[in-house]
Amino acid sequence: MLKVLFFARVREELGCAGRDVVWESTVADLDSLQARLCREGGPRWSQVLSETNMIRAVNQAVVNGNTPLHDGDEVAFFPPVTGG
Amino acid sequence: MAVRVQVADFEVAELQRELLAGAQDEGAIATFTGYVRGINSGQQVQSMELEHYPGMTERSIEGIVRQACTRWPLLAASVVHRVGLLQAGDQIVWVGTASAHREAAFSACEFIMDYLKNEAPFWKKEQGPQGAHWVDARSQDRDRAARWDNGTPKGRTTK
Repeated sequence: MLKVLFFARVREELGCAGRDVVWESTVADLDSLQARLCREGGPRWSQVLSETNMIRAVNQAVVNGNTPLHDGDEVAFFPPVTGG
Repeated sequence: MAVRVQVADFEVAELQRELLAGAQDEGAIATFTGYVRGINSGQQVQSMELEHYPGMTERSIEGIVRQACTRWPLLAASVVHRVGLLQAGDQIVWVGTASAHREAAFSACEFIMDYLKNEAPFWKKEQGPQGAHWVDARSQDRDRAARWDNGTPKGRTTK
């Protein structure tokens, strides 16, 4: 199982804080997972998740570009951070 | 090294005493306290909701503090960051660094804040008379953090 999380503006725009996705070979990397979420979520999800400033993290570390996903991984999508 | 993410307010004097108690032979402590601005980008701010990514937030700040410890001879360093609903004027964040001399303490404190603002997964949603909106990330904050990429900014020394 992949645990997928959404934060801040992304969470609000999707109306979803997170969901579980069964890990299989068709979602074995980050880009494939994102494509799956967009396909299942429809145009709204495609638009929100494709925003150019979207940050993606795997197992609580930010990743640049595509990366393999393994069963049990935690994946997060969020906008640029604004703490401090 | 102590990193805390909490809803509760904090007492600066108490945090400084704790930092001092955790350090040996310190000659200098530098601290930074951040507050909720009443006016941001020309708009009145009444309150602010601070969201974060539990787990990654702590991990991210701990990583930043570890980096600071490798760059400067720190004897102790602590970060406290609040989350949840805050009002204008409330304290948001506190960073404290202890070292034998002031330069390392000043530089490390600034480095930790610059990196925290760019890397730690917090998001601010401001509420004012015009309604609520998510705060946009500022390019100036990215530029400030990038200053540390190639060594230490001009005029600052490392160990």
